[in-house]
Amino acid sequence: MKRTMIALLLMAALTAAIGRAQENPAVDPVPAASPPAPPTNVVAADSPDDPGRSVTVRWQVSADDGAGMNNVIQYKVFRGEAAGGPFVERGVAPSRATVYVDKGTEAPNDPNFFPNNTDLFYKVAAVNVAGETAESEVAGPVQAREQWYNVGRTPTFIAVIVFTAFTLYFIARARKKADLYIRPLAGIEAVDEAIGRATEMGRPMLYVFGLGTASDIATIASVTILSRVAKKVAEYQTELIVPCYDPIVMTIAQETVKTAYYDAGRPDAYKEDSVYFVTQSQFAYVAAVNGTILRELPATNFYLGKFFAESLLLAETGALAGSIQISGTDEVAQIPFFVVACDYTLIGEELYAASAYLGREPKLMGSLKAQDYAKAIIIICAVAGVAASLFGWTWFVELFRVTN
Amino acid sequence: MEAIGVWTAALATIGIVSFLYKDNVLYRICESVFIGTSAGYWFVTYFWDNLYRKFYLGIQDATDPNRFFLWFGVVLGVLMLTRLWGKIGWLSRWPLAFVVGATAGLYMMTFFVSNAMRQVGATIMPIFRGNLPAIIDNTVLAVGVFCGLVYFFFSKEHRGLFGRASRVGIWILMITFGASFGYTVMSRMSLMLGRFDFLFGTWLGILP
Repeated sequence: MKRTMIALLLMAALTAAIGRAQENPAVDPVPAASPPAPPTNVVAADSPDDPGRSVTVRWQVSADDGAGMNNVIQYKVFRGEAAGGPFVERGVAPSRATVYVDKGTEAPNDPNFFPNNTDLFYKVAAVNVAGETAESEVAGPVQAREQWYNVGRTPTFIAVIVFTAFTLYFIARARKKADLYIRPLAGIEAVDEAIGRATEMGRPMLYVFGLGTASDIATIASVTILSRVAKKVAEYQTELIVPCYDPIVMTIAQETVKTAYYDAGRPDAYKEDSVYFVTQSQFAYVAAVNGTILRELPATNFYLGKFFAESLLLAETGALAGSIQISGTDEVAQIPFFVVACDYTLIGEELYAASAYLGREPKLMGSLKAQDYAKAIIIICAVAGVAASLFGWTWFVELFRVTN
Repeated sequence: MEAIGVWTAALATIGIVSFLYKDNVLYRICESVFIGTSAGYWFVTYFWDNLYRKFYLGIQDATDPNRFFLWFGVVLGVLMLTRLWGKIGWLSRWPLAFVVGATAGLYMMTFFVSNAMRQVGATIMPIFRGNLPAIIDNTVLAVGVFCGLVYFFFSKEHRGLFGRASRVGIWILMITFGASFGYTVMSRMSLMLGRFDFLFGTWLGILP
């Protein structure tokens, strides 16, 4: 019995050893591979339609790319300032690639600095699995140059010209006192009511620009609305509080409110401290504004401008304090919070429209009218484009293709 | 030292949250500390980032042929400060005009490309392509863009057929906002849980 067991064990061990040997047949050492065939026809040219700092390198793939023992796994692109080198590796392109865009920065101290108007030379090396490389002929010289006109943006350029023509036309009409209709916006209709309420209650009004800077369109639109609100506030002799996040916006807001008080004939009622800077830290700013809302209990809060994560925090606190709230922003992600927590919300472009509606300035009215007509053109183009693509007329679709 | 930091953070958290009850002394203290430290922090950051690194070091960088343009920014900055002196305060309007005007000009093409051309290009597609869900997607996209634009058309009263298209537009907008709201509320809940984890775990140590 023992001998049978030992024999069985020996047979099992032998079978297992044979099985392993079959699973892992002896592997011959990798044959000494020769370097792959180099890429050919390397051409380096200035990248078009850009401000320079870029050269596009093209080549034909190596004969060993995609086949054989010397299968090419990548291409390395080298750049030098003389045909004889030295060359520096600029980047890597995967196998089958035939183009590489070499880009850099304009800062001379940056390691990735890319000189404009300087002779440059390129070569491309094919790299195989074993890591062996074969370099192409040197291509060049080539110079990166900046272009004054981006051909890929010609459709945009035409659209800008058309829009500008519309704007100038409608500004001219507005100046001639033509009756330019703008549909009423509920949020703006409520402004006078909100100011009246603040006056009756003897409570101040709070005006918040959000975190926008002076260069944001939403902030610029908000300044126009502030001008109107401040004028009404001056007429009704209500108190206005404008805590600012950005010092430049604060300066603009001070000028706007001051001018509005002058226009209302009450320069003496203007208080320098009513428009003040808080801090440029988002949540510290929120803490300050929330504190103001809780202490001053403003009758009306305006949140008009550029808002981010603070939108709901401010609007919720305002709702807690029982204020009427009018909000507006072009930050799509924040509009839902204003919609749920405020009484009136100006959605996106309504904010711009509101500034024109309130200001009635010919320039603003003309701009708004031009936007409307531009939208009408966009609607027509979109409908025509959908129809064109149904019939396979790709040329129409290509008109709206912006390359970069 | 770490314990002091944890206690300070915990008390500041409670202090800030306490405004949900009502305005109180603890909230005012936390608010003042928060504003004061942040204002100081940003002052120091701007000083070293702008005045020292960008201007002082930049002006000495002989390899940069454009370094003298940095003086332009300094002049604009100084003009901003003229607000402090009443008689020449009007000079402060020049840098403001420059900032607003230059930005408007620079953004014009960018906005046209991103907000108009690319949007139209993305909307133009053959609706009846692909399977049924794809056809529904394409239709909703095309109708949504059309009706959304109609809603934002301010030159015509929203009545009749135009008004109905506008109503569809606002419905589509509100559905989008609802989805966005739900998504963001979830991320806010995650932030709140993080604070609770800090209070009950790191501070009080009663979480496992």
